[in-house]
Amino acid sequence: MTEAVVIPMEHGLLLAAILFSIGLGGVMVRRNIILILMSLEIMLNACALAFVVAGARWAEADGQIMFMLVLTIAAAEVAVGLGLLLQVHRRFGTLDIDRANRMRG
Amino acid sequence: MLELGLFYIAASVALISTILSVTRYNATHALIYLIISLLGSAIIFYLVGAPFAAALEILIYAGAIMVLFVFVIMMLNLGASGDNQEHRWLQPGMWILPSMLCLVLLGEITYILSTGNHALAGNVVGPKAVGIELFGPYVLAVEIASMLLLAGLVGAYQLGRRYMVDVREDDDLEKEADADADRDVEGDAV
Repeated sequence: MTEAVVIPMEHGLLLAAILFSIGLGGVMVRRNIILILMSLEIMLNACALAFVVAGARWAEADGQIMFMLVLTIAAAEVAVGLGLLLQVHRRFGTLDIDRANRMRG
Repeated sequence: MLELGLFYIAASVALISTILSVTRYNATHALIYLIISLLGSAIIFYLVGAPFAAALEILIYAGAIMVLFVFVIMMLNLGASGDNQEHRWLQPGMWILPSMLCLVLLGEITYILSTGNHALAGNVVGPKAVGIELFGPYVLAVEIASMLLLAGLVGAYQLGRRYMVDVREDDDLEKEADADADRDVEGDAV
């Protein structure tokens, strides 16, 4: 029985950080609302990855529990975000978020 | 060392597909790459010893949440030009790269399953441990999550309902117009 090789936590966290940066860049650069929501998903997934990797480092279940909470947040956020997207599409006839840059009042 | 290799391969697949997903021009392609990225993350979860999180990642993230995106994308493309657009979006050529990335992940999972118990035996935190923690010290978090989901449900219903009501009103108006036309035709016949 060989010793189980532990995946270095730093590399997992680095991967999570890179994925988060890609998602953040996507949110800032893209102008299509669907793609902005997807980039938000990437960011949330990166957070979840960081939680799970850090939890696995000490073989604790807490990381996975935080992962489930992130999952809940992602589900609620996507439901509301897609509802808003439908409203924007109905009102402006496009998914370009720059068209919706005026506040009322 | 093999786990390390598998980890780096899955991490590369996740990174490549995430970058491709953010840089795609059209939403369906971005969605496909995003799903591959989530599958890669699921394999990483499995490799670091969180099989339950891996299953949830595939079931809820890649399954349920991405299906919501698919629904909305397809819903906004209804109408005459929708079919043409979908035809243009789903050219045969664009399947090659996602398929290759998926095949890499498939190879990994086949390897993991075929070699049996070589997953990290020492560090695995199974569903049982997660459940005991979740409904023990973290039971308040479950309540908060339920309230959050309720808020999401109410918000989505409220936002989506107005959309659906408007669509239905348009339909009703059309139906009334059709009925009037039918009545006129009948009147003419009489």
